[in-house]
Amino acid sequence: MTERTATTSKTPPPSPAPRRRGGRGRPPVVPDHRGGRPSVRSGPSLPARLRRDWQLLLMTLPAIGLLAVFHYTPTLGNIIAFQEYNPWDGVLGSPWVGLAQFERLFTDPRFWSAVGNTLTIAAVQLVFFFPIPIALAILLDSVLSPRMRLVLQSIVYMPHFFSWVLVVTLFQQILGGAGLFSQMLRQNGHAPLEIMTDPDAFLFVVTSQMIWKDAGWGTIIFLAALAAVNQNLYESAAVDGAGRWRRMWHITLPGLRPVIILLLILKLGDILNVGFEQFYLQRDAFGSNVSEVLDTFIYHQTLVTGNFSAGAVAGLVKGVVGLILILLANKLAHKMGEHGIYRRA
Amino acid sequence: MSTLFKDRPVWAERPSLPARAAKSTTLAAIAVVIVFPLYVVILTSLSPAAAVNSAGGLVLVPQGISFQAYADLFGGGVVTRAVLVSLGVTAVGTLVSLVATVLAAYGLSQPGSLWHRPLLFAVLLTFLFAPGMIPLYLLVSDLGMIDSYWSLILPTAVNAFNLVVMRAFFMNLPQEIGDSARVDGASEWTILTRLVLPMSKGVTAVVGLFYAVGYWNAFFNAILYINDNAKWPLQLVLRQYVQQGQQLSSSSVIGNAVQGTASAPNLAIQMAIVVVALVPVTFVYPLVQKHFTKGVIIGAVKG
Repeated sequence: MTERTATTSKTPPPSPAPRRRGGRGRPPVVPDHRGGRPSVRSGPSLPARLRRDWQLLLMTLPAIGLLAVFHYTPTLGNIIAFQEYNPWDGVLGSPWVGLAQFERLFTDPRFWSAVGNTLTIAAVQLVFFFPIPIALAILLDSVLSPRMRLVLQSIVYMPHFFSWVLVVTLFQQILGGAGLFSQMLRQNGHAPLEIMTDPDAFLFVVTSQMIWKDAGWGTIIFLAALAAVNQNLYESAAVDGAGRWRRMWHITLPGLRPVIILLLILKLGDILNVGFEQFYLQRDAFGSNVSEVLDTFIYHQTLVTGNFSAGAVAGLVKGVVGLILILLANKLAHKMGEHGIYRRA
Repeated sequence: MSTLFKDRPVWAERPSLPARAAKSTTLAAIAVVIVFPLYVVILTSLSPAAAVNSAGGLVLVPQGISFQAYADLFGGGVVTRAVLVSLGVTAVGTLVSLVATVLAAYGLSQPGSLWHRPLLFAVLLTFLFAPGMIPLYLLVSDLGMIDSYWSLILPTAVNAFNLVVMRAFFMNLPQEIGDSARVDGASEWTILTRLVLPMSKGVTAVVGLFYAVGYWNAFFNAILYINDNAKWPLQLVLRQYVQQGQQLSSSSVIGNAVQGTASAPNLAIQMAIVVVALVPVTFVYPLVQKHFTKGVIIGAVKG
């Protein structure tokens, strides 16, 4: 079934040896009943298992309940994409319109513009953001003093914990038309910077913001992979006369390869999720032509028109395409001998 | 510089001076790019009016110190209230999230327990698709939670990734401890609180930090669900008065306490709001940092 191995491709955990759960004073339950095996049925009866495990079940209740209410229920709520929903009549009373909402969506040029912007941003992220944490991790890994490393890691991780409002505000204060650099330029008789409002600079600005915020945090997974590389390989390569660049090419990068491939594939499955807040916050400054992504489109679609079904249908299309992409990405991961986000049954 | 390069393995050649210089410069430049904006913002928020005026904007060089901006902010106006809202939502939210996550992670961590597979599957399935913004909004609205602080907490209370990280950690603990306690008649609750949690402080701290930062930074939830300005959390105030530059000078905004006294320049007040949004995160996370790699990676690998 779908056990998830989220973000690395390290060896999967060895299936734990069958453990026996003590039966609270009763002799331990003989053969361990892990899923799928016929021994499930030969285990103790349902009432006996209920009596044994009711506390565990009770413990999962709050979390499962929250997910049921706030994840699964609204997922069902997507049926309003097939309606002309209005809040007074509710889901049950609103008229059904079949695929009319889809037709309207697919003929809306603003939707395709949002799709285009989302894909452009994802592509730019992939080319310009993705390699940076790898390079930064290799650089950090070469710092030998533990204290220096800790200080540097503390600094580069930090912006990950800032909100997008904060990051955008900081960028404005430094690079904006009324920001620090513009202020210096103006005092020296030059025109202020305009990149924070220039649609042509939009991709550059948002990518810089992503790099500033998350490139450092992205190194964590690569640093762990680097730490797992067998140090003896480096030593024997050095003894054989390989210089530092050849060692990086032949040992370090192959050591990172599985993680890189896995993250690339995951990124592929996540291509429609470029984020909401960063674009929402800068939509007015740069204009919706360049900054409208799918999520902001869904939001404004509903907010401006008050048409919930129009927003829901865009969300549903995005969700379904996203799901297909994730499943495809996983298939690809399995094909390449990686584990993907879940293991095969 | 020499501290950068101690403990070099014997087989590794010493890098050339230009290489070392290039490396140090790159690392220093990265650190400066991250720290410099924070420095300017903090300095400006602490600068007296004269310094801000003579700089014509943000202050680069310290010229005296003044806490006027913070006195204005915490004089009882919009910002004070927003900070209290954010602190409250963060505290209650983190508690709710941690309790639900720890309980479920433990409840699903015992191999062979009843229904643990379908329940785990229900958790994992949430990774694959999001419910969608509009249906979730309608649900929150139908539940009567618009303009309630619970709308900022409950929809995001359980994060499947955090749950899986915790569960993986619990499963790695020696099973015998729980087994022997069970033989002695201990309840699952006792085993969790007396044995498992004391051994899991690191991962609990990391997951707690992730939740807390999430609540503190939450912006979009509040945009959707909170219409009443009086209930705004700090991030919305930050956007309104700093990112969008709405003037803060009226007494209703800053609070009546400062009426009649000289107030700090608008820019210093704006920067002080930034600092207030920044500081809790900056100070809490280094305490937990040493557990990051362990928590994140173990969770990722073991899930």
